[in-house]
Amino acid sequence: MSGYAADVAALARKDLRLELRAREVVPAMSVFVVATLVVFHFALPPDSGRTAAYGLLWVALVFTALLGLGRAWVPEREGGVLDGLVLAPCDRSAIWLGKSLATLAFLAVMQAVALPAFALFFAPIRGQAIVGIVLADIGICAVGSLVSAMAAAGRTRDLVLPLVFLPLAIPLIVGGIGSSVATHGSHYLLFLVLYDVLFSILSWASFEYVITE
Amino acid sequence: MIQALNIEKRYGRAWALRKVSFELGDRGFLLVTGANGSGKTTLLRLLVGLATPTRGSLAIAVPRGQVGYLGHDALVYRDLTGLENLELYGRLYRIPERRERIGMLLERFGLWEARSQRVAAYSRGMTQRLALCRALLHDPSFVVLDEPFTALDDAGANVLDQELATLAGVATVVVSTHDPARVVSLATARLALT
Repeated sequence: MSGYAADVAALARKDLRLELRAREVVPAMSVFVVATLVVFHFALPPDSGRTAAYGLLWVALVFTALLGLGRAWVPEREGGVLDGLVLAPCDRSAIWLGKSLATLAFLAVMQAVALPAFALFFAPIRGQAIVGIVLADIGICAVGSLVSAMAAAGRTRDLVLPLVFLPLAIPLIVGGIGSSVATHGSHYLLFLVLYDVLFSILSWASFEYVITE
Repeated sequence: MIQALNIEKRYGRAWALRKVSFELGDRGFLLVTGANGSGKTTLLRLLVGLATPTRGSLAIAVPRGQVGYLGHDALVYRDLTGLENLELYGRLYRIPERRERIGMLLERFGLWEARSQRVAAYSRGMTQRLALCRALLHDPSFVVLDEPFTALDDAGANVLDQELATLAGVATVVVSTHDPARVVSLATARLALT
């Protein structure tokens, strides 16, 4: 394994270990998403149809992701650890990539709970919708890890994360809903792939400037 | 090694550091003193590259991987054990024979028995000892210690005294402290901030 990959693996593994110990983020996200789907189940009129249900699924997924992203850099903030990581001689983008991969794992676990719950309350999930969700997850983690790092560095972090992240996530919601409800949604999936590639590169390249003065 | 000319640092509208100039040669030992709020911590953060001067010039000829920094925070994860924290930093610093080095430092700073406890369960003094282990883990050539004696008991302070005596003349060292008598005999230069 190259030095960069080893750094990313060590940092992602550390986040998974912290979550296994503290069990803070994934259980909270899972409970939140199921609770939200239950609320939507009762709020949505019975004849609303599949399109409206998928729309609400995406609302639930994005806001649940926001909940997880808000906690993403808390362990680093608590002990001033980000300073220690910034001083280490590794490529600083490895810090972002490690955090993004760990967040992706948290989202996957949350969605393993959310999607069966959605199928139970609303409608069966199509394969194309699952592909769309996976692609959107990559974009959410890439952009979200960057924005939440930026938010963690400031005093108004609780405001900055939703205010910056949600506008950036709109294309993901458009692509995600499109791939979920369209009969031939391949162009929506392609759109999500392009978003992932573009914003992953931008986040990877800009992370160093976000976390250093 | 370090050349600082009229460096100043402002956070918002408040000046944290005003017009500080000094030079420190290779393997020099700079003792930084000053009252609370005089800018000691700000200066040390500038020296290690965690902040940039608002004005003035600061030249430091040392690569990032050779900096050993002890700040006010321990820079360790509270929910990892002491050993896991040092393992993580050891990997990121690509330390050869990492386990031996970590074991030696934990032993020296009296943390070997507590190595498998989470840092959250450490006392303030134990956390400071771990922070010192982390700062010295990669055998840095430029050591910057901000109030290193904080929270240490007599035994811990004695270990640190020995460590600083070993570093003096071998590495470039900058120490800020409210207890200058403890290290003044090692210092080759002194900077009093007002």
